[in-house]
Amino acid sequence: MNAEGRVYKATGIKLFWRMLLARAYPRFVSPIREKSWLFFETFLPLMATSAYVFVYKAVDAPPEFIGFVVIGGTMSAFWLNVLFGMAMQLYWDKEIGNLDAYILSPGPIMAILAGMALGGMVVAASRAVFVLVIASLAFQVTYTISSLPLLILVFLLTLLALYGMGMMFAAVYLAAGRDAWQINSLFQEPIYFISGFYFPVKTLGFWFAAAASIIPLTLGLDAMRQILFSGDPALGFLPVEVEILLLIVLSVVFLAVSQWALVTLERIGRRDGRIIERRR
Amino acid sequence: MRSSLAAFFSARNHRALRTFLTATWLGWRQEASWASAPVFALYLILRPLSSVLILVVMYSVITDGALEQPIFAYIYLGNALYILVGQLVGGISMAVVEDREHYQMMKQIHTAPINGYAYMLGRGIAKLLLGVISALVITGVGMLFFPLPLHPAAFDWPLLITSMAVGLTGIAALGVIIGALNMVIPRHIGSIGDAVAAALFLFTGAIFPLDVLPTWMQSIGFALPITYWLEASRRALLGPDAARFPTLAHFDDLALLQVLALGALGFVVVSIVVYRWAVYRAKANDLIDMDTSY
Repeated sequence: MNAEGRVYKATGIKLFWRMLLARAYPRFVSPIREKSWLFFETFLPLMATSAYVFVYKAVDAPPEFIGFVVIGGTMSAFWLNVLFGMAMQLYWDKEIGNLDAYILSPGPIMAILAGMALGGMVVAASRAVFVLVIASLAFQVTYTISSLPLLILVFLLTLLALYGMGMMFAAVYLAAGRDAWQINSLFQEPIYFISGFYFPVKTLGFWFAAAASIIPLTLGLDAMRQILFSGDPALGFLPVEVEILLLIVLSVVFLAVSQWALVTLERIGRRDGRIIERRR
Repeated sequence: MRSSLAAFFSARNHRALRTFLTATWLGWRQEASWASAPVFALYLILRPLSSVLILVVMYSVITDGALEQPIFAYIYLGNALYILVGQLVGGISMAVVEDREHYQMMKQIHTAPINGYAYMLGRGIAKLLLGVISALVITGVGMLFFPLPLHPAAFDWPLLITSMAVGLTGIAALGVIIGALNMVIPRHIGSIGDAVAAALFLFTGAIFPLDVLPTWMQSIGFALPITYWLEASRRALLGPDAARFPTLAHFDDLALLQVLALGALGFVVVSIVVYRWAVYRAKANDLIDMDTSY
């Protein structure tokens, strides 16, 4: 507190980094301490993925389409994590009283969001690997990887943009009431559809796919499928290089907007005295 | 006539029925009051419409748009009907979590002179009503924009009404079983209903014929009454146009209903036993109003 009686939050990279790790830590250790999570969080995407694979089998689809479903099902672990482990998290923290502690702590809330994202990525990745391996083996999917470094780059950029989007949603949901859950639910199946989780997004038409590209998974999935099933480049929506460029743009935009939204909503919430108000 | 009407209205005063109706109204108010009517309507339609459009696109990409084939109607209607399963199973099981953790009124419910089983069913019925609206909209979209061979005049109404009544009773009982288990377990309370619904989606051949499943998975499907409910409902809606796949083709309509009734009865009996056991355990171990923060 200074002479005028104003309180300044401590800042600095060290504080940010410590706060980030502190928030990520529970997510790192929770799968180890509570192993039963593994069953539920791998079982559900695996069931949904398998159902869509059997639809393709019922209509005698070419084998690469089964691979498309497996990749879509794998990436759905990240999307579900972004929706329920990122976007909803500050809202839930408010409901159970954790947000009070975050607000009172000297660290920036952005570091908490970044910690949630880092922890969420690691946990979702473990689920995704499980789904990928089991589904690939069970349905005998063959991958023809054209470039492993490119695949890794696309994957990481997709996650960066995706979790940036999740951080933006988390900030926005701070202002939500009990409609947060329902609104969040609206982002499940509709996004599976418009992002082409289970079919090449190109089939929806250029302009539809272009509009859907605001969701990083649309571009990420399309690029990954082109790299993983390099036999037929005609299935891709845009060239992989263009999709990488767009993913970089989306990452920067979402991270910047999430920072702005969080600061703005926190300021409004503090001013109105409603930031930790539970609304039922 | 007068005596039967009097009997009906006196039945309304019966505790279980009164509890059921009140819980249904409460559930409806909880489900429908969070948004304005247009937003709520969008919510009811957008999710199921997206899920069916995923299947339409998947099917069209492979078959080059051969939507007049019987298997398309099989997939489309199976997906629309399955909305009811998800809403009923998930709705009843999550009602326990919502009442206990979110609204924190479980203790009041279990100390009030009401029928707890009927209360759980009523809370689920509200979700079922939402599911019915979604399923009707999806089916209407199918009739308007896709060549679904659906003609209400040609429906086998007796088969449809019987299969719906019996099937939904069994599915509701399954929801009560999961809801009852949610009373006594501290973890994954939000996931169990979804996990069961997802597993049933796969094993019951909701969106593909059971024939494409490996034999061991087909056996699970044959053991589930929902498989027969879906088949009977499809036959009632599509009539002779219904695709007949080898796995269930040898069942005539009556045989389907008999197996369905037997399975539903089994679920109802098990649900009553599990519900009583769960309530006893929850009260005895002071779990009835636990806060798991899950």
